[in-house]
Amino acid sequence: MSALVDIAPAPRTAVERPLLEVRQIVKHFPLKGGLFGRTTGTVRAVDGVDFDVMKGETLGIVGESGCGKSTTARLLVDLITPDAGEIAFDGRRLGPDLTLTELRRNVQMVFQDSYASLNPRLTLEDSIAFAPTVHGMKDLDARRLAQELLAKVGLEPKRFAGRYPHEISGGQRQRVNIARALALSPKLVILDEAVSALDKSVEAQVLNLLMDLKAELDLTYVFISHDLNVVRFMSDRVMVMYLGEVAEIGPVEAIYAQPAHPYTRALLGSMPSMDPEKRTEEVVLTGDPPNPINPPSGCRFHTRCAFAEEVCSVKKPSLHVRATRGHLASCHVGTPGSGHSLSELPA
Amino acid sequence: MTAMDLIRAPAPLAPVERSPGYWALVLKRLSRDKVAMLALLVIVLLVLAAIFAPYIAPADPYKSSMLRRLRPIGTPGYPLGADELGRDMLTRLIYGARLSLLMGITPVFIAFAIGSTIGVAAGYIGGAFNTVVMRTIDVFYAFPSVLLAIALSGALGAGIFSGLLSLTIVFIPPIARIAESVTTQVRKIDYVEAARASGAPGFTIVRVHVLGNVLGPIFVYATSLISVSMILASGLSFLGLGVKPPEPEWGLMLNTLRNAIYVAPWVAALPGAMIFMTSIAFNLLSDGLRSAMDIKA
Repeated sequence: MSALVDIAPAPRTAVERPLLEVRQIVKHFPLKGGLFGRTTGTVRAVDGVDFDVMKGETLGIVGESGCGKSTTARLLVDLITPDAGEIAFDGRRLGPDLTLTELRRNVQMVFQDSYASLNPRLTLEDSIAFAPTVHGMKDLDARRLAQELLAKVGLEPKRFAGRYPHEISGGQRQRVNIARALALSPKLVILDEAVSALDKSVEAQVLNLLMDLKAELDLTYVFISHDLNVVRFMSDRVMVMYLGEVAEIGPVEAIYAQPAHPYTRALLGSMPSMDPEKRTEEVVLTGDPPNPINPPSGCRFHTRCAFAEEVCSVKKPSLHVRATRGHLASCHVGTPGSGHSLSELPA
Repeated sequence: MTAMDLIRAPAPLAPVERSPGYWALVLKRLSRDKVAMLALLVIVLLVLAAIFAPYIAPADPYKSSMLRRLRPIGTPGYPLGADELGRDMLTRLIYGARLSLLMGITPVFIAFAIGSTIGVAAGYIGGAFNTVVMRTIDVFYAFPSVLLAIALSGALGAGIFSGLLSLTIVFIPPIARIAESVTTQVRKIDYVEAARASGAPGFTIVRVHVLGNVLGPIFVYATSLISVSMILASGLSFLGLGVKPPEPEWGLMLNTLRNAIYVAPWVAALPGAMIFMTSIAFNLLSDGLRSAMDIKA
């Protein structure tokens, strides 16, 4: 594991181990077709993704739909079993050193659809108390914990504990989902588009709640979103994904101020600005991402890239360090020796 | 429990406002459905009549009288006439409710239990297990239900038990198919994913999160099968494969009275009318339950 490229960000303390280490994780979904369910193709949803999540930080993951953000999230809690790759939590590798149950006690997830993620037949209290009960907590204690958590996410237990999901609003439901995810006292919470379906005003409240909870409970977040503004607000570091691969990863300021990957620049360029002086002038991305069943050769972005040269369709770029420490991008431009005419360009 | 535990026992939870649960709402909505309530009333009356048959029936269901054969409806002492052996029709119809309801309801309930178990297991486990189980079920499902029931009870020999058994086997495939499709849908919903992510074992997830959401629809479907079961059971008796004479059972009565259809058509039609009324009642109740359960959030 340590032989791989060190992609950890600048360590905050002397020798800090990442809370979560993900190495070369791969998930391909076979496409079944034909009379006997033969495999007719493979969707390369996540294709060799590496990243670390440091304790106490928020790692934002951005990308277009279908780039593998949600699959990555589901792989982290083993809701989907990876085809290859390693996940280590707190220095312990899943499998040899860490059981799945232990991983799941420490890593919890909040889903996008607040309604679908609550069982319509259970009261909010029962939904929150379910996981602790499964892990051996006594019924009464679990209910007490559920009520405490409701209070913690800003829902008065007396009014909400005995309610059903359809009786409350989307924002309140998402608060319940957050409470449910916190019920096992996890160290890492994966927020998979957790605020994307909410109204802007409610979204802001939930984001603030998430920030408060993070500080109060010493949490680490993986924050997945397609909303670049929200990611910028929430994250310490950002990972940009494109077609199942990492395009760029680095500190949030570096990514937003000096994006090194043309895809990141295009994404940021597509961000509407409130300032008329900062009109989007750069080339905005056109077309849909290529089909992940048959991804382009070499750099997967070369079909849509303004800087594409011959080398890009032949040679696959790897993550390479940029100007800021901990800022890496997977692009031949600015990677010395890559064979691209702009390879020596200071990124 | 030691004294220390008692001292440290935490204070009871503060009372919280409780919303009526889903089933309380369903019952409330069902109780407002006049048609369903009428159907329920008919069913309750029939069940009560069946249970208390010895107390309410005016005569002995087996006592025949050659002199009073095929008396028309309204004959003094025979309010609904007499059958081809001079037995009181009203009495036999009341007693007939026992076997007919038994033959109609029991197979469906047993099949509901077995079929739901098979279907939920196949739907939740999925993959190759699902394929093997459901394709096997499909083999049975491919037979027309009447033919399958006749073939099975023909092979098992006449009698109530073989009739019940063959009807149960007939109803397992359709219930299992419904259970499988509902479970497959529920399994993909995020709250099941969230439960899996919380590390709960599969059995607990099924018990807490799946069953509560699938049993309702399966049950509604099963209640709609009760009328089918009654008609099939009557059909088996009619063919001489279910209940044997002289037991009073509506299907069998229909069979034995068919020779009298020209002599006493109204009397001969009575068992059929009972089968019709009971089936309709179960179907209407099932429809009412279906719409009562369709609560839009």
